[in-house]
Amino acid sequence: MMTWAYIAVMALATYAIRVLPLTLIKRPIRNRFIRSFLYYVPYVTLAIMTFPAIVQATEQPLAGILALIGDILIAWFGGSLFVVAVSCCGIVFLAELLMKFV
Amino acid sequence: MNNNQYACGAPHNRIALKAGFRDGIPIGLGYLAVSFSLGIAVRDAGLTWFQGLMASWLCTTSTGEYAAFSLIAAGTTLLEIAFVTLIINARYMLMSCAMSQRIDPDMPFWHRFVIAFHLTDELFGIAIARRGKLNPYYSYGAFLTAVPGWAIGTALGTVVGSILPPALTSALSVALYGMFIAIVIPPARKNKIVAGLILVCFAASYVSGIVPLLNQLSEGMRIILLTVVLSSAAALLFPCKEEEEVPAE
Repeated sequence: MMTWAYIAVMALATYAIRVLPLTLIKRPIRNRFIRSFLYYVPYVTLAIMTFPAIVQATEQPLAGILALIGDILIAWFGGSLFVVAVSCCGIVFLAELLMKFV
Repeated sequence: MNNNQYACGAPHNRIALKAGFRDGIPIGLGYLAVSFSLGIAVRDAGLTWFQGLMASWLCTTSTGEYAAFSLIAAGTTLLEIAFVTLIINARYMLMSCAMSQRIDPDMPFWHRFVIAFHLTDELFGIAIARRGKLNPYYSYGAFLTAVPGWAIGTALGTVVGSILPPALTSALSVALYGMFIAIVIPPARKNKIVAGLILVCFAASYVSGIVPLLNQLSEGMRIILLTVVLSSAAALLFPCKEEEEVPAE
């Protein structure tokens, strides 16, 4: 029973954080600084979470670096979300396979 | 504006639902791989696979769940669980703020409560990457394919532990980073400021991981701190133009 109470508290706390700004901020923000700040937030957070985490997630750091560079190029030249995500896995898999023989 | 624009049978909403459904598939696959290891933490905490499944479905947050499960394993109070969950997940508050600015004021209000439910890094990323106002049906489509991957992966991890060979786990674990790259690069190509900012973020993220004091902060706290500092700096140095509806697009 206690476990379900833990899970309920986890779920409520997580949901509160996600739902409050979305429901409390009802109109477009006029303040130029805040608008600019919120415009940059997604790119900054996603970039921070990508590197160096991508290099630390793989068995071989070099495979992660290759995947990062390869993916940036593929995305730059118009690769779709799916293509970029799958290439990322493919590059790591191949790179680690090759490194076993080198 | 009439509310028919948000009727669930409207053709453009069906198209958005399908697009979300499709874009959610790679996220779901990545989730399946990543949440596998979360399932091991569930087992260590003494929870059943069903409790792990429910926790993952209700919370959909990797670091938040990891921290909570390890607290449960150590024996903790409900208050402590609430506090840690709030701190570790605080970055979602920033994402939720950013999202509020992309919502059409005419959208029926209840959609906000549903969109917020699975506001994860990845699902936030793909929703914000689309042009113009958010279409809630796009998010719902993505929920349908992405979230089961997270919940089922956790349950599988709890039951069978690590059955995947390391080479496969290693390859699958980077799928989510590939997705982040796919989201940030196209705008970087169009906007030099965003491109430069991303490089600065990579560098700052790396440095913050090795600098004393900073590297002792939890992953979640570091993400919040860097996001606030770097986004503020960018907003001060390169403010968006006043008249633009959605800046710099």
